[in-house]
Parts: sequence; C-alpha cells; structure tokens
Amino acid sequence: MSTQDRPSGSPGDAAAGPPDRRDLAWYVDMGVRVLVFAGGISAIVFIFGIFVFIGKEGLGFLTGPFRPGEFFGSTAWRPTSDYPTYGILALMAGTASVTGLAMLLAVPFSLGAAIYIAEFARGRTRETLKVLVELLAAVPSVVWGFVGLTVVNPAIISVFDVPVGLGVLNSGIILGLMATPIMTTLAEDALKAVPDTYREAAEAMGASRLQVVVRVVLPAARNGLVAAVLLGVGRGFGETMAVLMASGHSINVPTSVFDSVRALTATIAAELGETADGSDHYRALFTIGILLFVVTFAINLTADLFLRGRGRR
Amino acid sequence: MNRALAAALALCLLVPACGGRSSNRAAIQNKGSDTLVNVAQAWAERYRDVKPEVAVSVTGGGSGVGISALINGNVEIANSSRSLKDSERAQAKAKGIEPVEFVVGHDALAVYVHRSNPLESITLAQLAEIYGEGGKIARWEDLGVTVPGAEGGKIVRVSRQNNSGTYEYFKEAVLGKREYALGSLDMQGSKDVVDLVARTPGSIGFSGLAYESDKVRVLKVSGGEGKPGVAPTVSTALDGTYPIARPLFMYTRGQPAGEVRAYLDWILSDAGQRIIQDKGYAPVRPLGGR
Repeated sequence: MSTQDRPSGSPGDAAAGPPDRRDLAWYVDMGVRVLVFAGGISAIVFIFGIFVFIGKEGLGFLTGPFRPGEFFGSTAWRPTSDYPTYGILALMAGTASVTGLAMLLAVPFSLGAAIYIAEFARGRTRETLKVLVELLAAVPSVVWGFVGLTVVNPAIISVFDVPVGLGVLNSGIILGLMATPIMTTLAEDALKAVPDTYREAAEAMGASRLQVVVRVVLPAARNGLVAAVLLGVGRGFGETMAVLMASGHSINVPTSVFDSVRALTATIAAELGETADGSDHYRALFTIGILLFVVTFAINLTADLFLRGRGRR
Repeated sequence: MNRALAAALALCLLVPACGGRSSNRAAIQNKGSDTLVNVAQAWAERYRDVKPEVAVSVTGGGSGVGISALINGNVEIANSSRSLKDSERAQAKAKGIEPVEFVVGHDALAVYVHRSNPLESITLAQLAEIYGEGGKIARWEDLGVTVPGAEGGKIVRVSRQNNSGTYEYFKEAVLGKREYALGSLDMQGSKDVVDLVARTPGSIGFSGLAYESDKVRVLKVSGGEGKPGVAPTVSTALDGTYPIARPLFMYTRGQPAGEVRAYLDWILSDAGQRIIQDKGYAPVRPLGGR
C-alpha cells in the first residue's frame, strides 16, 4: 500500500510542466506513471521481502542449534533423528561437483555456439540458430529432470557399466544442457557489443577472420563473456527440480563422476513440504536458503560488475 | 477495457456466490500421510455417493503435516502412517486437544529388488546390516547371490526422504536404535522407490505393497535367523506373521461426533474396508466375499 502512495506524489510534482489541467489525459498519464513506477520498484520490494522472510525463518536456527563447525564441516545431515545433526558438507560438495561438471561441459559449447552465431553465421542460418537456442531455454526444468531419469540414466548404466546412472555425471550433463542456451545468448550479446570498427580495423591490417575473432573480438568482449559464464554458474547453482531428479539424491561426498549426490536446493525442495512449521529442521532448511541466496547474490553481483567494466575498457 | 474489468470483477464475485449452496453442506477436512492419500481420496470420492451432502476434501503432505494441522485445528481428520509421537501428544495437550486414534487399515512394507535378482528371502537383521550405520553388508555376495548386471556386486540402497512416515517406520521396525547409513538414494515418493529399483539391477528398496509391479521382485522377509521368510500379502499383514506390517491411522480431535463420526464409521464398515483392500492395503479385519 505505502509503496503505491508514495510514488503517486513525487512523479506528479515532476510532471508539473504546463499549468496543471487535471483533465482525463492528465489522469491517464498519471495512472500510467504510477503503474510503471510500481512495476519498476516491485522487483526491489520483492527481493527485499524475500530476504527478510528467509532471514526471519532461518534466524531461529542460527541463534539456536547452529554450530558452524558441524554445519559446514560435517556430512551428517540427519535432521529428523532423535539426536539431530545438521551437517551440509556433503550437500555443498554435491552442489559444487554438479555445477562444476556442468560448466566444464557447457562453457566450451556455449562459447563456440556464441562465436559461430555472432561472427560467422549469416542470414537465415543465424536467425534459425538464435530461435532454436532460445527455444532450448524454454524447456521446463522438470522435463530436463525427466530426460535425466529416463534417457541419460540408462545410457550411463549401459555405456560405463556402473550400478546407478543417477549422479554427478547425469545431473552435470542435464545442468550443462540447461545452462547452455542462457550462456550462449549472453555471450552472443557480448560479442555483438564489440564495435564493428574493431573488426574493420583488424581486417584492414590483413588479419584473417579467425585472427579477428581470437585476437580482437574475444579480448574486447572478455568482461561480457565472463559475466555470461558467471550467470550460467548461477543458473546451475540454483537449479532444483532437474538436479533432484537426476542426481540420485544421496548424501555423499563424491569421489567419482558416477557417485550419487544431493544438492542444497534439492534438499530444501524435498524436505520443506513435510516439515512442521517452526521446527529446528524447518529453520535449518531456511538457513540453507540464506546460504543459497547469499552465494547467488554474490555471483550475480560479480557478473554485474564485469558487465559494467565492459564499458570502461 | 473498463467494461471488461468490471465484467471480470462481477464474475469473481458471482462464482463463490454460485457455490454458496455448499455452505449448508457439511465439510470435512482430511490431511496427512502420502501412503494413505490415494485411499483417502478414494474414500472421499465414494462417500459422495453415500452422502452427497457431506464434502470431504483430502490433501497429502505427510503424516507429520497432517498431525500438526490437526493440532492447529485446521483439519477434522489427520491421516498418519505412524502413531503419534510423545512430543505431538504434549503439543496437542497444551492446546487442550485429546487426539483419538482409529486404525483404518494395515500396510505391509515390502522389500523390493530388481527382477533379475535371484534372492528369495531376507532377514530383518540382514536388512539392518544393509541400511544401518556401520552395516556389514555392502555387496550381494555377502547375501550369497550374484546379480547379473550389477557391477561389482554393490548393493544400491534406495530409501525415502527423512520425514516420510515410511522412513520413520522402517527405522523403528528394522534399525531399532541405529541410524540410517548415509549415502542411500532418498526418493520422494513410494512409487519412485519401486520405479528406481525396477531400473537398477543392483538395488534394494522398501515401499508399500500397493506399489508392487511385474518389473520388480518382492522378497520374503523373515523375523529372525531360522524363522521362515514370509511373503507380504493382505492376509500375512493382517494376521501379523509378516514382520514389517504397520497399522495406518486416522486421528480426530477428541471423540468425533456428527458427520465426522459417521464418515469414520463408514470407512470402518465393510464397504469402506473393501475400498482400502482394492487399493492394495490390508483391511482392519478379514472381509467376507463380495
């Protein structure tokens, strides 16, 4: 309520150009201004609201049964035991290994695709490719999870002759596929932002197309590319449903890519629905939520700083 | 534009008004165990034919969720696949509620393996060594069998998420005081356990008997060394010879009266019990022929 009352005053004052004639057009104008303003700040309001909510719910754990050594150093996540322990080391290892492998697979593909689309493809090919990449981004994550469960799982079992196909490799492949379209689109934007004069200058010096790309365009777009990769990492880090389905959901510090693991996000998704409100377990899950929020925020902020840096170079 | 908005608003106001008729219908809220949710749904649907003026709405969420909703006064009936914990009784008492327990059926917790697995029977002690912390059985050879297609003979343990009633019951009945060993594949639902076992040659998992399919094999379970293995069926769950069969509960706030009482009476009648039997669970007493 209050957020809507405040802005209605200030943009009104700013609009005082010609003498105020409060006719229909003025009211329409005013209404649209308020709407746009509310839309603009709603994102901030929501983020802040979410942060306050998660913080409030998790605080009871941080001031209660939280022991940093156990929380970050123990693999024993047994929140429903008679003697509960809340160790998230294995969950962090799960998230890190899956995201890491996903990036290892996805970064070369998406940078390659972005370079091809931005620098080499022309006309129809280029437009078709762009549409296809964007289409890939629109596949819901539960569908990706289903693919992991029913296609990648048996494939891994038969190709590598391992007992279970649900694990780091499976979810890494799935997450890689999910992160690729986003990273490709962002990386392509970064490459497109390099002024054509750079390319023309390089060509005028007799550089081949490959030399133009490798020596001129890529270095100039470096910050944008780093940001693209970081946002891909954020995507992988926060993904829940597909990882829940493809990782095996097993508390385990992985020693090989075939091991089943469990991600932080998947743990929240799996357990929060059946936890009594206000219990220690419930609050511990929100504390994991705070951790996820902080890390994702840091990743996005870093990406943003790199993007801002692009202009100054 | 404005007219469309007004029409939409009017519609919003009208729709609940149309449904206003339901206000003189009795409503029973029923929530809890995921093991029971399919049966509870079937009961609610069938009850509509018996008493159209009573609307029973069923939601899942887990035994703990249903019980806390009962304690908070949000539901009339809580479904649970485990009995009330002492802490929950104390919570209820603090709110002046005396939960009353009704056994509405029994569920045999079946132990599933892949259909290529030659194992016939397993003891509770062996199950505890497989699932318990510090357990000594990690390979199928330890049980005297080799499973084709299971690399290294490693036993892949399939379990449930740590707040399901099934997880709690298995821990209590099989592991006793022991903790679960970490590193099992913790599935979200009873059906997911059976699906994963069906796809994974070296795996073992536990889930309700109602989820049996021809893609998996169900092991006989023996209560101890030397005792014969018993196959889980409706009758062995009912007479108590199958060692890991559990009662399924409904809890009410105090002694039920009126429509809630009538609904529970109907559930416990032959008509209601036939429905739970059709869903693959054991009724509270042997039922005569149809």
